[in-house]
Amino acid sequence: MAYLEIDNITMRFGGLVAINKVSMEINKGEIVSIIGPNGAGKTTLFNVITGVYKPTEGRITFEGQELQNKEPQEIVRAGIARTFQNIRLCKDMRVIENVLLGMHTHTDYSFFDVVFRTKKFKQIEAEKHQEALRILESIGLEKKVHSYATNLPYGDQRRLEISRAISTNAKIILLDEPAAGMNALETDALLDFIRSLKDQGFTIILIEHDMRLVMNISDRIYVIDHGLKIAEGLPKDIAKNPRVVEAYLGRRDEDAEIS
Amino acid sequence: MKIKGLENISVKKIYRFLDAYRKIIIPALILIMLALPYILNSQYMMRIVIMIGVYSILALSLGLITGYAGQTSLGHSAFYAIGAYASAIISINFGISFFITAPIAALIAAIMGLLLGLPTLRLSGTYLAITTLGFAEVIRMIALNWNSVTNGPLGISRIPRPSLFGTDLTIANNGMYYLILVLLGITTITIFFIVNSKIGRALTAIRDDETAAIMMGVKTTKYKVIAFVVGAFFAGLAGAFYAHMIRFIDPNSFTFDTSILILSIVILGGMGTIKGMFLGSLLLISFPELLRFVQEYRFVIYGLILVLMMRFRPQGLLGGQQKTDYKFPKGVVVKDAENS
Amino acid sequence: MFVEQLVNGLTIGIIYALIAVGYSLVFGILRLVNFSHGSVYAFGAHMSLVFISMEFGIIPAIAVSILLTGLLGVAIDKLSLEPLRNKGSKPIAALITTIGISYIIQNMLMILFGSETKRFPQLLNFGSVSIFGFTMGSTQIAIFLISLVLLLVLTFLIQFTKIGLAMRGVEQNPKASYLMGINVNRVITFTFFLGGVSASIAGTLVSSYYQMVFPGMGFMPGLKAFSAAVLGGIGILYGSVFGGLVVGISETMAATYLGGSYRDAIAFVILILVLLIRPNGIFGKKGIKKV
Repeated sequence: MAYLEIDNITMRFGGLVAINKVSMEINKGEIVSIIGPNGAGKTTLFNVITGVYKPTEGRITFEGQELQNKEPQEIVRAGIARTFQNIRLCKDMRVIENVLLGMHTHTDYSFFDVVFRTKKFKQIEAEKHQEALRILESIGLEKKVHSYATNLPYGDQRRLEISRAISTNAKIILLDEPAAGMNALETDALLDFIRSLKDQGFTIILIEHDMRLVMNISDRIYVIDHGLKIAEGLPKDIAKNPRVVEAYLGRRDEDAEIS
Repeated sequence: MKIKGLENISVKKIYRFLDAYRKIIIPALILIMLALPYILNSQYMMRIVIMIGVYSILALSLGLITGYAGQTSLGHSAFYAIGAYASAIISINFGISFFITAPIAALIAAIMGLLLGLPTLRLSGTYLAITTLGFAEVIRMIALNWNSVTNGPLGISRIPRPSLFGTDLTIANNGMYYLILVLLGITTITIFFIVNSKIGRALTAIRDDETAAIMMGVKTTKYKVIAFVVGAFFAGLAGAFYAHMIRFIDPNSFTFDTSILILSIVILGGMGTIKGMFLGSLLLISFPELLRFVQEYRFVIYGLILVLMMRFRPQGLLGGQQKTDYKFPKGVVVKDAENS
Repeated sequence: MFVEQLVNGLTIGIIYALIAVGYSLVFGILRLVNFSHGSVYAFGAHMSLVFISMEFGIIPAIAVSILLTGLLGVAIDKLSLEPLRNKGSKPIAALITTIGISYIIQNMLMILFGSETKRFPQLLNFGSVSIFGFTMGSTQIAIFLISLVLLLVLTFLIQFTKIGLAMRGVEQNPKASYLMGINVNRVITFTFFLGGVSASIAGTLVSSYYQMVFPGMGFMPGLKAFSAAVLGGIGILYGSVFGGLVVGISETMAATYLGGSYRDAIAFVILILVLLIRPNGIFGKKGIKKV
């Protein structure tokens, strides 16, 4: 059994089939990319994995535990965290507060500890703050600790979102188009950063459109189009796969009709 | 803001100045508050100050629900009423001291908050708001019709004064003033502790982006309920104090108008702040007293505040991004960072 | 006795329906509960009183009142709600704004007219009528018929006219409607105008029935009509009519058989039950959440 098993997942919204019997296997420590044209169902798949949607059919198993009917909060606790396509930071909170929020599930003191400010509370709060600072330093945001998330430049906001996912102590991190809006330099930095995450032991699943990033960083790739898995394999194989090219660019006959 | 000769001053600098000297300013403020009866030397003024204190507690309690968690509650007067009635009824019928009936009344209000919150907090903003309104009206109707317990429209009179070591606390002997100071202190400290913890972060996240909060593992319903219950508790406490201060309560003391006044204070002062609750109460409770000629227009002004605030400054006077840096807990090593 | 109370219930119910329709129209198009609607209703009743007292004819007086109240509805949107939409404010800001506006209107009425209850002329009394052996007031029949006609006119407007089509379009999909050339803001303005008109008529009818007006008269009916709208499914016109009649009849029956103090409580009980059991209302549909 793989680390994370996505087993025959189908997601139907009324009459629309967004994901059609998709299966995937993710091994520990891998970087797996999911690519495909817009609207293929990639983000929907992320939503199913993280519990936002309950799949119509199929199973998701992580470390032997079935997750497909669990609430998002339980799935975070189990060790799967994500970022969002259009950045969902808490804009009115500071950088440090956003990271501390990510630590919510493993900040273990009770209501009693809070109201009476016990020693346990003070100790855990100090620990978590220190940990948050360490995470921010590892991603290069330590100078912006006090800043409000909404005031950060775009690239920093993306990095903050990733550090928030890291702070949940997740084992698998789902990155939804992390390179969106980045230039080549920033994408290179992101590439190095994701590699460092892999070195630290994280397993990464990536949705991306930037092919340079995908080809350079992925251990394996899955290709989704119209809710169906149309290809899977090593980057070099995917690049040559005619079905993949067709999904992105269309077939030659269709073009001929126009002239 | 450009004023000749004051180019170097900015709001940010003023805040930083005040913050830097807070170890002097806060004790100074506390001393002033302790000496206030002797500074003002007027029972009339002390009455106003006490009501500012009561409404500060009410605003802090609603502030947790609406200001931090972002759940608009239009029925906060219900918990105020429950606390008042509970304390009055128990103390009159069983002859028990205020210092026991008040916490009990607050607990009863908290339980009612739990009963209201559990089924309704999964409703979205507008529907939740209207439900809280309906709840408050139902409470008012119960107070109006449950004659055997609440005395219906006649209300409850001759509520005993709080008594400490054999002496009655009154406004005249400043006993009530110091009592409200103590209650306000307890409320402020508790809410401060709650807000500066994972609970506060969870609540703020729920207000900012509930989905993001969920995806970070926050059990949002649980935290909304916590805000509601704690908010109800302190509103009940304020109610108990009010009943034993004014010594007569009836269903008309706790109306929709009361809920709206508390909401206006929270919105004016600034959602998501503690200081704002004091400022808001100070402004909205004192101005009708100090500017007698606007008494008639009081509610028009509250309405205008709601409209204008939402339009021009939804974060309130002291809300929104704070101009000072984040305060780290003791013992945390922070390297130099940019100021906020 | 039962039939008499049923008639009472239907009468008050159709009024609630008329007010509820105002909530539904605005909610349908803006997803906003217009809390100021109750105070607009009170405003309409007061305007009718003012103009009828000027004695230039009852029908013209009511017509002027209706027009002014409609314009008040428009003003509320243009001055306070539209700027919030343009700013992209959170929905709760609009709700709180409408609460503020209801306060302003209600208390201005109190300041201008005094808070005492004033006498409103009885307009529709043609004596008692006997139908199938039951006696009922002609006022009640008149109110019922007038409200029914209005609701039918409204339905016709929305289903069969161009502006109605535009309204339904904006309700379904404002962006697409805009791209199709519909002036969304004008549609919204018209909706608020209709809301004001229906509130004014409801206010005038109620005042003539009970023969009184007072500034706070909008609070309770406003809340009860909101319950009615939620019961039927807020945003759905026939739902509001259904809801109004149910609330009216329940209220009257509760007052008759349980006691007068239960009259007001029934509407809230209905509201709380609906929100807990079936928040979309009897005729409402569920939506899909997108992340």
